[in-house]
Amino acid sequence: MIFMSKKMVMSGSEAIAEAVKLCKPKVLPMYPITPSTLVPERLSDFVFNGELEAEMIHVESEHSAASALFGAYATGVRAFTASASNGIALMHEILPIISSARFPAVMSVANRTISGPINIWNDHSDAMSERDQGWIQFYCESSQEAFDTILMAYKLAEKENVSLPVMVCIDGFALSHVYEPLQIEDQKKVDSFLPAYKPENHLDPKNPKSFGPIAFPNSFFEFHEQEQVAMEEALKEIPKIHAEFKKEFGRKYGNGLIDLIDMKDAKYALIANGTSVGTARVVVEKLRSEGKKVGLIKLKTFRPFPAEEIRKACKNLKAVGIIDRHVSLGSEGAITLDVKSALKEEKCKVEGFISGLGGRDIDTKRLIKVFETLKKGEKGFWLK
Amino acid sequence: MKQVILLGRGGQGAVTSSRVLAIAAYKDGKYSQAFPNFGVERMGAPVRSYCRIDGKFINLREQVYEAEYAIILDSTLLQSFHEKVTDTIIINSNKDSSEIKLDTKAKIKCVDITKVALEVIGKPFVNIAALGAFAAISEEVTLKGLEKAVEQQMGHKGPIVEKNLKAVEEVYKLAGGK
Repeated sequence: MIFMSKKMVMSGSEAIAEAVKLCKPKVLPMYPITPSTLVPERLSDFVFNGELEAEMIHVESEHSAASALFGAYATGVRAFTASASNGIALMHEILPIISSARFPAVMSVANRTISGPINIWNDHSDAMSERDQGWIQFYCESSQEAFDTILMAYKLAEKENVSLPVMVCIDGFALSHVYEPLQIEDQKKVDSFLPAYKPENHLDPKNPKSFGPIAFPNSFFEFHEQEQVAMEEALKEIPKIHAEFKKEFGRKYGNGLIDLIDMKDAKYALIANGTSVGTARVVVEKLRSEGKKVGLIKLKTFRPFPAEEIRKACKNLKAVGIIDRHVSLGSEGAITLDVKSALKEEKCKVEGFISGLGGRDIDTKRLIKVFETLKKGEKGFWLK
Repeated sequence: MKQVILLGRGGQGAVTSSRVLAIAAYKDGKYSQAFPNFGVERMGAPVRSYCRIDGKFINLREQVYEAEYAIILDSTLLQSFHEKVTDTIIINSNKDSSEIKLDTKAKIKCVDITKVALEVIGKPFVNIAALGAFAAISEEVTLKGLEKAVEQQMGHKGPIVEKNLKAVEEVYKLAGGK
């Protein structure tokens, strides 16, 4: 597909492929899986027609895709892969190996539930299951945000004080397959925002180094400690990069960590991530027009978790409802747990609503019900 | 905001059609959103696709439960169409609109899109042509916007593009467009 103009109507997946092309990765290990398939398809087009100079490796599994991503970064080049659902689960073993080697890899995830029973539809259980593996996680609401977030992801990952891999998450089908208008930026502007990747450490026969050595009990602990420090650095870097992005391209998503919608005098609010934020915007606008003091917190960054930002945003609320598209079976939703921890010294009540599992719609009716529940002071529930 | 449901059979091009409609609305200076029914579609089975058109950016991300308009590409699918439509249901059929029995308060407009497609394209490719009827009846997109959208979506496909453009125009006229 040849696009002549800059403003296009594109799906979330195509937006990601366009952004990746502009970031000029050199290696693309790919193993397609629904609903992420359009990303490798488009990138494959770009490599084939010469728009992108990169080696596309048709690997035999997602485990190999992640391994090849590690290998590519060990040689000192920018690389990219994309996956979803059980594909992410199959990568599980390699994800912390990439992060502990401090490789600034970027991967897009078209969020799809993890099978059992088999299901190809959207929820966040694939990415949420990897929340502890040292990957930064961003969630996107629109095709434009998916495009923009890829550019910011590389910039953040490659900051020396961060040096961690990033997952850019878009809701499977609900964004990966939704066509809508967006602005595709030109190469020159992207090059000035994201300069060429020149890592200090990479494999070089003239200057031999080793990656991924064994860490004995006397050093393993420190590896993880340093990753935690890097996550804390990322919390500081994300708003800075966001401000830079806004200066260059004129768009912003809150401060890059969270975005506040109608929160100023709100008494009740939702915390949501991904596409449910869009529908929640419509609900908040409707309830506001009826004079109700409601608001919305968009959680763009899930890892590192912006606990302090959430605490400040919820300070004056009576109750907050979390739209969790995932459940830690036997406990609660991942976001709910983190919000509860962040608000442990605040008066604001936290109610978790397990939502949208396996592609169940999160529609306006359901979100209005959440606000009604918060207002009545009732408990959160599974928003079936 | 206006919502459109497109119903066709797998392989008939309802998904492409909704995408072209979204591009057309955007070319007209509006905002739009197009998406297929999220699922595992099969050749020949009923396939739904949707389009939203509005004057401002569309935040709504829920599925489409009712719509202002529907476009039925294959009239044998009428028995599996149950969504509430509030304005007009456009049906690809050689019957008179009064002959169609549907439990709806919406207006029904039959347009023989297949006939035009066979004459102009030489094959029963109705998905793009049907948008001509939608433009004429709803006035939510212009013929010019549609032409630009078809060129963008199908630009690399050669002579079939010209034929589709002609079919769009013919169906537009047939449906009363000026």
